[in-house]
Amino acid sequence: MKRIVAREEYCVGCRLCEIHCLVQHSKSKKIIKAFREERDSVLPRLRVEESGCVSFALQCRHCEQASCIEACMTGAMHRAPETGAVLCDTDRCVGCWMCIMVCPLGAIRRGPDSHVASKCDLCIGEDYPVCVANCPNEAIALREEDEVNA
Amino acid sequence: MNEKDRKDGFQPRQWLVEPDFVVERDPEKCIQCQVCVRQCANDVHRYDEDDETVSSDSSPCVGCHRCASLCPTGAISIKRSELDFRPHGNWTAAALRNVYKQAETGGILLAGMGNDQGLPVYWDRLLLNASQVTNPSIDPLREPMETLTHLGRKPDRLRLLERDGGVALATRIEPQLELQVPVMFSAMSYGSISYHASMALARAASEAGTYANTGEGGLHRDIRPFGDNMIVQVASGRFGVDSEYLNSAAAVEIKIGQGAKPGIGGHLPGEKVDGAVSETRMIPEGTDALSPAPHHDIYSIEDLRQLIYSIKEATLYEKPVSVKIAAVHNVAAIASGCVRAGADIVAIDGCRGGTGAAPTMIRNNVGIPIEFALAAVDSRLREEGIRNQASVIAAGGFRCSADVVKAIALGADAVYLGTVALVAMGCHMCQKCYTGKCNWGIATQDPYLTRRLNPDMATRRLVNLLRAWKLEIKEMMGGMGINAIESLRGNREHLRGVGLTDRELRILDVKAAGE
Repeated sequence: MKRIVAREEYCVGCRLCEIHCLVQHSKSKKIIKAFREERDSVLPRLRVEESGCVSFALQCRHCEQASCIEACMTGAMHRAPETGAVLCDTDRCVGCWMCIMVCPLGAIRRGPDSHVASKCDLCIGEDYPVCVANCPNEAIALREEDEVNA
Repeated sequence: MNEKDRKDGFQPRQWLVEPDFVVERDPEKCIQCQVCVRQCANDVHRYDEDDETVSSDSSPCVGCHRCASLCPTGAISIKRSELDFRPHGNWTAAALRNVYKQAETGGILLAGMGNDQGLPVYWDRLLLNASQVTNPSIDPLREPMETLTHLGRKPDRLRLLERDGGVALATRIEPQLELQVPVMFSAMSYGSISYHASMALARAASEAGTYANTGEGGLHRDIRPFGDNMIVQVASGRFGVDSEYLNSAAAVEIKIGQGAKPGIGGHLPGEKVDGAVSETRMIPEGTDALSPAPHHDIYSIEDLRQLIYSIKEATLYEKPVSVKIAAVHNVAAIASGCVRAGADIVAIDGCRGGTGAAPTMIRNNVGIPIEFALAAVDSRLREEGIRNQASVIAAGGFRCSADVVKAIALGADAVYLGTVALVAMGCHMCQKCYTGKCNWGIATQDPYLTRRLNPDMATRRLVNLLRAWKLEIKEMMGGMGINAIESLRGNREHLRGVGLTDRELRILDVKAAGE
């Protein structure tokens, strides 16, 4: 499967990825409306980590051996068979936060208004995740697995 | 304010200096996302945590558009300050603002990029020819079209020998640079521009089959693998020069002058000389890199000859040696001297050429336009029968492929592109290169800013630019019924002047439109 790769040497810390992620996961998907009216009900699914001049976008890496799936007691955290993405079925999630506890990257957060886990879904329905498509410096890339390891 | 306060480090506010720009924020569009706050190196935008609002202070804005380009809702617009002075033909707003700045600072006015005074651009007054009826034009998409260019000394005559029933060349051909497209990237030093920018220029030159020039910044270790597509410069400061440096490139250029600041040296402030720059320039970290105005060992054509031949000796006569001069009043005679001194290439930099930093008065008032300089040099070298002994490169403010085609018709072998390459990498011409705060990550060494230029993207954009220009050059050549750039070189019959005086036409040696 394709994986998101952070190229921290080129991340400029503008956080446009966070902004576009929030919009993508809002109800309206309209940027001004999402920020004005839905601000309390939607969170970006990724975060830009920063230390000094170094920064990078951190989102779920959809691990091959996903601790969150193993730790999930309801089976809410699962792997989508067609894409290989690790997703959270919000109907089954009971908010025990075990996934948050075991995620080695800290890429899962509590959802904003409901008692369920919130994480990167690789932007279902889009050709590219919006963070990749909207990074002005191509510091977030989508690459095939073998390119990632190379 | 007395002198004692001043010594205490108190910086009086510069009341006379007014903002150049007004930053307007559309409250209906702004979502307080703070991208602008994070991207402005000049602290124009601020976030107030108590009010949870973003606001702008226009005074430090340089008009680089970084915030406006990245604003996800298009909420920001940047306009020239609307503070109008009472109109005055002599005391323009720019003249007044310069006086105010100097009254407040007591310093030389500095500027980046090229002359911004709106001098006539003679390329715009020269028009190209096209074929009609009697001499068919050529479709470059269907027929081969040659843009290959060789730079270097050409022999006076060719001697051929008959050998084994065939013919062999007996004349030694001097080393040549081979360009797939008749443009190269001009000298921009690592130090004045960032590592990523230098790398992108080298990579793009290599991909496009042309050359990039190190300027006086030395050749960074990582760029040495691109040496086959690099020209290394030996300038008055001799920064980064050693035998390995000279031999790792395809050609060596002696920089005598620069179009943006003829007669003036260079000054890279110590703050920009970080570890890597210091290593590449071979100077201590944090020291100012001062390039003297003249080479202290060149005071005559004979001295220049010594340096040219020292470099040829050091490079085993395997590399062409170029001499770069600024276009000044006597440029034709100087260029002739350079050729006679042994230069294989003479690069002429016109007064619209760019710079990382120059005194504003010099940038705006010294030198002559490249069009006249080029025409004068080409004519003079022809008259003296030495045009073949050196290739001529024109430089200084080339904006588009048509400028290049006109320059070649006027007598240039190739053209150096500096400013336009920076613009292709994202430069927005705010002309503040000398502050080291380039918001686009090009003319800076600040680690927060240099990462803004992704060299992969910059390389792609540069290669795209060269590709597009090559296509356009072929279209224009085809229109003229010319299928090789060699046939256009110095072919002034393909140029006609509009709106030029008789004298200007005579110097350009171009006919008026209709003639």
